[in-house]
Formats: sequence, C-alpha cells, structure tokens
Amino acid sequence: MIEKVLKGPISFYAWLAVLGGVISLGAMVYLLQLFLGLRITDLSRDVSWGFYIAQFTYLVGVAASAVMLVLPAYFHHYKQFKKMIILGEFMAIAAVVMCMLFIVVDMGQPQRVLNVILHPTPNSIMFWDMTVLTGYLLLNVVIGWVTLEAERHQVDPPKWIKFFIYLSVFWAFSIHTVTAFLYAGIPGRHYWLTAIMAARFLASAFCSGPAILLLLAFLLKRITGFEPGKDAVRTLSKIIAYAMGINVFFYALEVFTAFYSQIPGHMHPMVALFSGHDGHSLWVNAWMWTAAVLALVSLLLMALPSTRDNEQLLPFTLAILVLATWIDKGLGMLIGGFTPNTFEQITVYSPSIAELTIGLGIYAIGALILSLLWKIALDVKREAGTF
Amino acid sequence: MKNSRRRFLKIAGLSFLGLAGSRMLPSSSAEAATAPAEERPVYRNGERAFNARHWGMVINTRAFDNAEIFAAVISACHKYHNVPDIASKQEVKWIWKAGYHETFTDQLDNYPAKSVVERHYPLLCNHCVNPACVRVCPTQATFRRSDGIVAMDYHRCIGCRYCMAGCPFGARSFNFRDPRPFVADVNSAFPTRMRGVVEKCTFCSELLAVGEMPLCVKASNGTIAFGDLSDPNSKVRKLLAENFTLRRKPTLGTEPSVYYII
Repeated sequence: MIEKVLKGPISFYAWLAVLGGVISLGAMVYLLQLFLGLRITDLSRDVSWGFYIAQFTYLVGVAASAVMLVLPAYFHHYKQFKKMIILGEFMAIAAVVMCMLFIVVDMGQPQRVLNVILHPTPNSIMFWDMTVLTGYLLLNVVIGWVTLEAERHQVDPPKWIKFFIYLSVFWAFSIHTVTAFLYAGIPGRHYWLTAIMAARFLASAFCSGPAILLLLAFLLKRITGFEPGKDAVRTLSKIIAYAMGINVFFYALEVFTAFYSQIPGHMHPMVALFSGHDGHSLWVNAWMWTAAVLALVSLLLMALPSTRDNEQLLPFTLAILVLATWIDKGLGMLIGGFTPNTFEQITVYSPSIAELTIGLGIYAIGALILSLLWKIALDVKREAGTF
Repeated sequence: MKNSRRRFLKIAGLSFLGLAGSRMLPSSSAEAATAPAEERPVYRNGERAFNARHWGMVINTRAFDNAEIFAAVISACHKYHNVPDIASKQEVKWIWKAGYHETFTDQLDNYPAKSVVERHYPLLCNHCVNPACVRVCPTQATFRRSDGIVAMDYHRCIGCRYCMAGCPFGARSFNFRDPRPFVADVNSAFPTRMRGVVEKCTFCSELLAVGEMPLCVKASNGTIAFGDLSDPNSKVRKLLAENFTLRRKPTLGTEPSVYYII
C-alpha cells in the first residue's frame, strides 16, 4: 500500500516540500541545542520542564483520543464511525511519534536514551510511560495497517485483529493515565498533586483530540472531497460536547477544593496562573483567562444542538475548543506546576524562540506522517469504493 | 538454486551450533573456574573510610549566620567539586544561602521571632530517607546508598530532569551548558560534569570513603555536625535531643536527613 504515496497531485508534493522545509529548520535549531545544550531554552533551575514536556502531554491526549472512534465502533457496533476510524488510528500514530520526539528533544543526553531500557526501573513512571507509548504506537500501526489492507482487498479484517482492537481501547486509557501519573505522584508540586489529574487529562483529551480530528477531516473534505459522513460528524460532536463538559467540570472541582479549603499551597498556583504574584502579573495570566473564556464559549456552543449541528459554526467552535484545551494543558499545566517554585518564589518561564522552532519542526514531522498515512488510506478507500 | 540454498543453510546452522557448542565445552568453563576468586572485583569500604547506617547533618543556625561562614562553606564545597559559577537562572549550586521563608515554606507564622526570620540558612540536598528523586529516576542514575546518602551517576543520567520536578527542595541543578568554562580552577581530584546531566550535593561521599569529613562540615567552624543518625550516642543525635530543630517540608514524607537547630 505504501506505493500510494508515490502517485499524487503536484499540490500534495508541494505540501510535503513545505513540511520538509519546516522540519529542516527545526532540525537545524535542534542541532544547535544538541551542541550548546538546553541553555538555548528558557528553562531554568526552578522551572525545569516547559514547552517540550507540555506538548508531549497534550499530544498523548490527542493520541489517546482515537479511542473515541474505536470504542463506539467496536463495543457498540456504531457503523457510522467505521469509515473514519482509520483516520483516527493514523492520527494516533502521528501523535505518538510527536510525543516521543518531544521527550527526546527535552533530554539533556538524548544519546543515552536506551539507558531507560538497559536499566529498567519499574518504580519510575517515566519507564511505564515509555512502555505504554511504544505499545500504543505498535498497536495502532498493526491495527491500522491490517484493517486497511482488508479494506483494500474488500474482505473482512482477520479475526485475530479484534483482540488487538479491544486491547487498544484499554491501552488508550492507560497512556493518558500513566502520563497524568508522571505529575500526580510528585510530592510538593501542589498544582499536580491531585487525584483527579488522570481523569482531567482523559476528559480534556477526549474533547480536544476528536475536535482536532474533525477539523482535519473538514480540511480533508475540502481538499479531496472525502465525506466522513453526516451522522459520524454529529455523533462525534456530541462526544466532544460531553467530554468538554466533563473537562470544564473537573477544572471547577480543582478550583473548589483549592479555594474553599483555603489551603495556601493549593491556591498559590491557580492564583499565579490567573492573576500573577504579589501584584505583578505574569504573561501567562492573559492566556489563562483567554482559555477560560474560550472553554466556556465553546462548551456552550457545543452543548446547544442548534449551534452544535450548524456546519458553518462548528469549525470555529472546535478551533476555540482546541485552543482553550491547549492553553490549559500545553501551557498552564507545566507553568502552574513550577509556579511558585519549591521556595515559594516566582521564576518566570516563557518558551524561547529556539524551543518554539524545534517544537514547530516536530509538529511538521507529525503533519508529514499524517499526510502520508492519510494519503494511503484515502487512495485505498478510493480503489475499494469506500471513499 | 534451491539445493544450494538448503546446503548453505545447513552449513551455516552447523557452524553456528559448533561455535555455540564450543563455548560450552568443559575446557573453557574449567578455565573460568580455576581463576582465583580474589581476582574478581568486589566493592569493599576502604580501611580509612567513615561508615554509618544513616548519615545525617545538624546545622546550628544560631551560630551559622554570618557572611564569612557562608562564603567559606559554599566556596569550600563548590571549589572542590568543580561546581561552575554561572550567574543566571540556569545556575548550578550544591549548597547556598536562603532566607527563612524560602527555607521553611511551611512555617507561615505571622509573627515569627525576629532573630529567626532575619537569619539566613544554608540549603543543600536533604539526602532523604524516602527520596522522591530516586523514586522517579527512570535509569537509577540517582540512588540511595546503604549509608543513607542519595548519590548520582553522572554517566548514566539521561538529563530528563524528572528528579528536579520530583525534588520538593530545589536541591538539584541541571547543566544547561558545558560547565567546564565556568570552573575557574579545576580540581582534578573530583570529576567535572558535562552538559545535559543533573548534579547535586553528595554529602562528600568521596571524602567519607577516605576518612574525611564533608567539606562544609570542616569549613563551618563547628556549626555543622555530621554523623550517624541511627546511633543514639552520636553527636548529631545528642544535638537533636538537646535542641529544637526543624526539617524542611516534613509533611511531604520524604524524611530529610538535614536538621536545622533554630
């Protein structure tokens, strides 16, 4: 099937070339970081994780979200999702690869990465995260490829793949739970030390991931004419609405616990994120308020059937939902964990140009993988008459 | 064609078996068995080494508080251990000076004694009994020794900085850049580090191994006591029995081994 990427319109290869350019730029800055060290980031002794780890966290959610198509399709035999499922699985592959790259670029000694396997340490959540992410990548590669192959030959997928599909449902929950455990088990980081972290992560993943998938599917429809199916879009929108509702609710629970208990350690990070410290506002404050407003607006627009099923409005709603969840998880999560720092002082962190460029390069790698995989999937569908 | 491939596989398989088998022949194993047991490397404490079951530190902050003693202690440690002098938020430090509220973040007393709140406190790795940094490290590059010291293997560290997120005391530093240009006088008795690894106070485990006290203890003019916390007759235990002490963030359950006499 891989030969499908060799035959396509000029515009497809122009797009790949653009991505190649962005990837080269990111790679060059990464080389610089490799030689100079992480000094070219704005990370510090007090804020030791930042943009890279935040993107990793967000993208684990995107990867896990494929389950929102797989679960209804295979557990509830919801046939309308069958057409789109391959897009979700292939998006999960791109997302997991990006996760792994964001981990690698965050490392001070990336050439020693195999130490994690050479000296396996089950008490470290990082070890488990590597295990579940690698497993999830393999699962999606195998499932995606085998089911697409079957579709190409216009036969039912082999029976044995069912086992892996069911496994992938539980596995998807596990990858984001383990990612939350990276944070939620650390003593002394108040913003992270919350039992609801994994649940929050999953809720945020199950609204933002399908939202990104839908946005990309709309784009795909414009470019190639691929119709994901009206029912599928409506059902997925409903899933997004519920997940976003739960996501906002969970954040409200955090706010309640912090501010009703009035325990300073619980309040400090949220106060810092939303209103700064000692009368000084931080750059992240405006972002957090934006996220809060966009989250509520998108939730409202997704909750009301009239606005949710409005095809003109839906892309806009999804876009602000994605932005809101990205700010919450891709910025606030990490900054809130390190602000205030362990000395109850504020050390400001804002991603450097180098970090952003390297990050952009990784997102371009993700887009490249996604473009190639989706090209294969759509061409196979075209031939098989399931387009 | 088919025949020759089969023959090739046969020969390849046989020679593999032959090679693998020769390894298991009695002659080679007998050779290993006759090697004298003494020649196999074993880890043993040196004859002069100071040993303890749980190294701990008691700092008399009443006597510690003057600029000279801070300067003496910090420079003794940093000079010997080749700690780079980088003046930015990406700094590296093993032992440093901090105010009362930075040190004891849980002591939110409204009207603290003036002498206590105006005092400065030396901060360093707490060598916790239940260290979060060790728990989170994915490669065991940081580990707790049987004598209670939380040590680092700079050559195994992958620089993921999970330990820095895990440590509630901000005791760890990361080499954001090559530290060597920032070490004025390299002490060849202690290794320098490279960029991309985490480092921290070692409780001078390398000096204890040759029967010397930690450098900060030696430079402290008797204001820092160091000894075996598990021994009720040790100097540190006597000091703890006689004085009111605080540990940093005790409610987190990491069990710091550094005590501050207030």
